Amino acid sequence: MSQLTLGKDLLGLEYLSPDHIKLILDTAEPFKEVSERAIKKVPTLRGKTIVNLFFEASTRTRISFEFAEKRLSADTVNVASSASAVEKGETLVDTARNLEAMRIDMVVIRHPSSGAAKFLADRINSSVVNAGDGKHEHPTQALLDLLTIRDTLGRIEGVKVCICGDILHSRVARSNIWGLLKLGAEVAVCGPQTLMPLGIEQLGVRVFRRIEEAIQWADVLNVLRLQLERMSAGFIPSLREYSRVFGVSVERLERAPRDLVILHPGPMNRGVEIDSGVADGPHSVILQQVTNGIAVRMAVLYLLAGGRADLAEAAKGGQEGAE
Amino acid sequence: MTTLLLSGGRVIDPSRDHDAPADLLVIDGRIEAVEAGLSAPDGVAVVDVSGLVVAPGLVDLHTHLREPGHEGKETVATGTRAAVAGGFTAICAMPNTDPVTDNQATVGFIVKQAAEAAAARVYPIGAVSLGQRGEQLAEFGELVGAGAVAVSDDGHPVVSGHLMRTALEYAQTFGIPVADHCEEPTLAAGGVMHEGIVSTRLGLKGIPAAAEEIMVARNILLAELTGGHVHLCHMSTRGSVELIRRAKERGVPVTAEACPHHFTLTHEACAAYDTSAKMNPPLREPEDVAAIREALKDGTIDVIATDHAPHHYDAKEREFDDAPFGIIGLETALGLGVTELVRGGVLTLPELIARMSTVPARIFHLPGGTLAPGAPADVVVLDPGATWTVDPSMFFSKSRNTPFAGRELRGRVIRTLVGGRTVFQARAT
Repeated sequence: MSQLTLGKDLLGLEYLSPDHIKLILDTAEPFKEVSERAIKKVPTLRGKTIVNLFFEASTRTRISFEFAEKRLSADTVNVASSASAVEKGETLVDTARNLEAMRIDMVVIRHPSSGAAKFLADRINSSVVNAGDGKHEHPTQALLDLLTIRDTLGRIEGVKVCICGDILHSRVARSNIWGLLKLGAEVAVCGPQTLMPLGIEQLGVRVFRRIEEAIQWADVLNVLRLQLERMSAGFIPSLREYSRVFGVSVERLERAPRDLVILHPGPMNRGVEIDSGVADGPHSVILQQVTNGIAVRMAVLYLLAGGRADLAEAAKGGQEGAE
Repeated sequence: MTTLLLSGGRVIDPSRDHDAPADLLVIDGRIEAVEAGLSAPDGVAVVDVSGLVVAPGLVDLHTHLREPGHEGKETVATGTRAAVAGGFTAICAMPNTDPVTDNQATVGFIVKQAAEAAAARVYPIGAVSLGQRGEQLAEFGELVGAGAVAVSDDGHPVVSGHLMRTALEYAQTFGIPVADHCEEPTLAAGGVMHEGIVSTRLGLKGIPAAAEEIMVARNILLAELTGGHVHLCHMSTRGSVELIRRAKERGVPVTAEACPHHFTLTHEACAAYDTSAKMNPPLREPEDVAAIREALKDGTIDVIATDHAPHHYDAKEREFDDAPFGIIGLETALGLGVTELVRGGVLTLPELIARMSTVPARIFHLPGGTLAPGAPADVVVLDPGATWTVDPSMFFSKSRNTPFAGRELRGRVIRTLVGGRTVFQARAT
């Protein structure tokens, strides 16, 4: 097996090679099993200190990282700052310097400004994991999406994936586009033109204006959450109309030429971008995504800590305590 | 000492279409003669400038001196020292100070600070509206009486079409231009860089080219309606260039400026979230850079201005969204002009000097921009072939915010005279 390493940080999938992305997905495989044990803990990162630095509200991602860290036996501290980027007292550069002075090993950062993870990574020696920076990237979300697609369809190469919804404001969309393209998938985006970033097709994706066309084309739909404030900001006239024109419904999926795999990064707005019948339906893999999220994050933390992919199985070591 | 002979240089004076070897004699701060083979009268110092170019001092129509109110970023004293180090002998100070330069007292304060501390001539620009709030017209008559040479709400656009119309009408009484920062605010709201493929990749909110062009079109139409002189600040898009070109063909009283960064860099400079490349208007696309260059060549854009915008380093050491707009430019403008435009084959050196000196002086009705006998001896001596590397730690400006650090440039200022007095001299190399 290769001796690839991830480097110091995980900032985005744009900056990773296909081999690096595969390395993370492959490394996640042996870690899946840890969460299935009665005692869900291995000593892999014992003695490592990790700070979860969340400048933006997050439940799912923060809990997923925290479980990944704890199941690897790392010592973790959660720092949550609800203050807005502009209003917060301490600057990010001062936060970075203080963290560095505490000699921590890794920082997991969620921040409302695009580029904040790189900003931090450029200023500290510790590893930085981007847990979502503004509208830029959310690499571990895309990695868990990739792993879930691979688990479900047995491959990524050649699979047609359409990302649906608010592409303009979505870091999940950007990370998915890079990851999917690098692993050979065909990628499309679909949503109202008001929520489509300028020049998106130059990244190598198709653009569907209508969800019906996307459903005809795709093998997989990754349905993004519609932030409710997009309506007040004037990007869409109403949630009702969004649901009627762009919602992924059972009726629409019934007209598809094949069964579509349904992903959603959560949290869902049932009845807006996705119908309950779809979210709870037989082809939804939304909860597998959540489960895979922990394994993917364990793999990322392990690799950034210098772990070798080919030794991941062994690195899980003896279990802490008896099974 | 305001009497000297600059001997043996190549004298370029676009105001008189002069480009030939000549000596330049300065007596009591004024240009006495420009001729070949002049000899120094008794007691007059001779400065050997052979191999160098002697030109009228550069004139910047767009400088933020930050005084009063933000002296931590720049002052009249430091900003003008940066100016003369960059070959500028006169600069126009934008009114977005604190308090805003919207009254005769503040204009008078800047004039007084300049008289006491300035290395270069400082011409204040007054605000179009009280507090730059875009509501009520400032007292142009009093501003001009105190020394203002133009009005502008720069930093902000004049949003109201009605206010812009009245400003263009009222300014005609005083013969001053109305300079506008062209930006349609609802399209630009929240934007931090050019809207395009780079902003899409970075997940940053973009400012579309149309936000500038809509206001350029509006200003042109209002200048046409009123006959008032509108000056369009820091043009950055190919669409703006096209609008101005067509307006000038119709004889609309419009002039325009472009900044060195807009003829040098593209939005790719932001690709690593480099806040030193964050400015407004933002760095655009290669096609825009090409259009700006073409417009400087054919005169669609009249002048090069710096939009020198000093910021404290802390302020730029931020997330891209939170960092302020703006870069400093006084000490790099000439080098970028020589490197990118002259060596890049866009302009001749006399054309570059015209766009940085003679033309700006003419369109804002300022003294300077000429080496005609009798004129104040505002002169720059430069070595167009000399190579130097931009090192912000050596800047005279109080601020360091430039995307050009480490860049190798051609064209170095050797000596700057204001009123015959040497106010800058390059370190020996």
